[in-house]
Amino acid sequence: MVMQLQTEHELHGRRRSRNVGLGIVLIAFVALVFALTVVKVTQGHLLEAYDHQPRTTLLPMEPEAAAPAAEAAR
Amino acid sequence: MTDINAADANAYHAAAPEAEFRDYVALLKPRVMSLVVFTAFVGLWIAPVDVHPFLAFCAVLFIALGGGASGALNMWYDADIDAVMKRTQLRPIPSGRVEPGEALAVGLALSGLAVMMLGLVANWFAAAFLAFTIFFYAVVYTMWLKRWTPQNIVIGGAAGAFPPMIGWACATGGISIESLLMFALIFFWTPPHFWALALFMKDDYKDAGVPMLTVTHGRAVTRRHIFAYTLVLAGFSIWLGLTSVGGPVYLAVALVLNAAFIRGGWQVLRREEGAARADGFATEKRVFRLSLSYLFLHFLALLIQNWMGTW
Repeated sequence: MVMQLQTEHELHGRRRSRNVGLGIVLIAFVALVFALTVVKVTQGHLLEAYDHQPRTTLLPMEPEAAAPAAEAAR
Repeated sequence: MTDINAADANAYHAAAPEAEFRDYVALLKPRVMSLVVFTAFVGLWIAPVDVHPFLAFCAVLFIALGGGASGALNMWYDADIDAVMKRTQLRPIPSGRVEPGEALAVGLALSGLAVMMLGLVANWFAAAFLAFTIFFYAVVYTMWLKRWTPQNIVIGGAAGAFPPMIGWACATGGISIESLLMFALIFFWTPPHFWALALFMKDDYKDAGVPMLTVTHGRAVTRRHIFAYTLVLAGFSIWLGLTSVGGPVYLAVALVLNAAFIRGGWQVLRREEGAARADGFATEKRVFRLSLSYLFLHFLALLIQNWMGTW
């Protein structure tokens, strides 16, 4: 008995399109998260993550504010 | 033993076609997404706080993804209506290419992803705002208002109006009069836009049992509503031009566009039903196309005004 199986069916094309599409989306997502991490680490080091407000403890001290603080330390 | 041959395989797959990648993309309503992308970008860009360009790109991307996810949830719930209306019969679910459960899974997964990522990229206020927008579109509009009240378009239009506010919130972490007026611009634009469409897609909504204003209150009432909304819309459009994001260029563009839209609304109002049918709803179609340009050019004018300097 002959069993005819079409090696390349239109169905395979559809499945390939899904697999390739999903692969591209996943790779793009990984690249995006990596780039995001780089930008956050290099640009956002003075920001707190939860509300993006400047983190006062990390901001450089103003000269006027620094003087009394130095006075008090002496 | 059964012979498997190409004819059998073709017959089987014709009965149950498998989805391509683009069918899943179609679930996200890319055309609606383009409006979300553009208005969210403008909201973010003209906000008075600088955002790193890559973070701005990511924020807009995830706002768009959230919008797309809510589109997939809408297609999942509305598959029965979509199968009846000519305009939507070829969508992935009614055409049988995507299973309803798949669309639900895609919608829920992408909603969660978009909200989480926006929280990490921008701030959690913007992320919560996006989550609320998805909920509003998928639950309040799609599941509740759309099949219940002719005001479905009016209240549901809020979902489409939130993106510039979310964009603004990404930059500033809050809301302001400017972002509220951008919301109002889209909110009051949506009803005349969709009612103009409903006037010339006249049988689709009726066949599907969707209580559009044309079906529940008649076409004459719809024409009056379109004109009334163009007047209210003009007020908010001009008001936006007088805020900190406005300026002479925006104001000039807004004046011209509102004059054209009010004129179009007036022409729609004055039309006799017989005359409209005779020319294939030419005026209604023209006003519908004008409404598309109206919104795009308003937001483009905001962008140009921001570049040139505001008041």
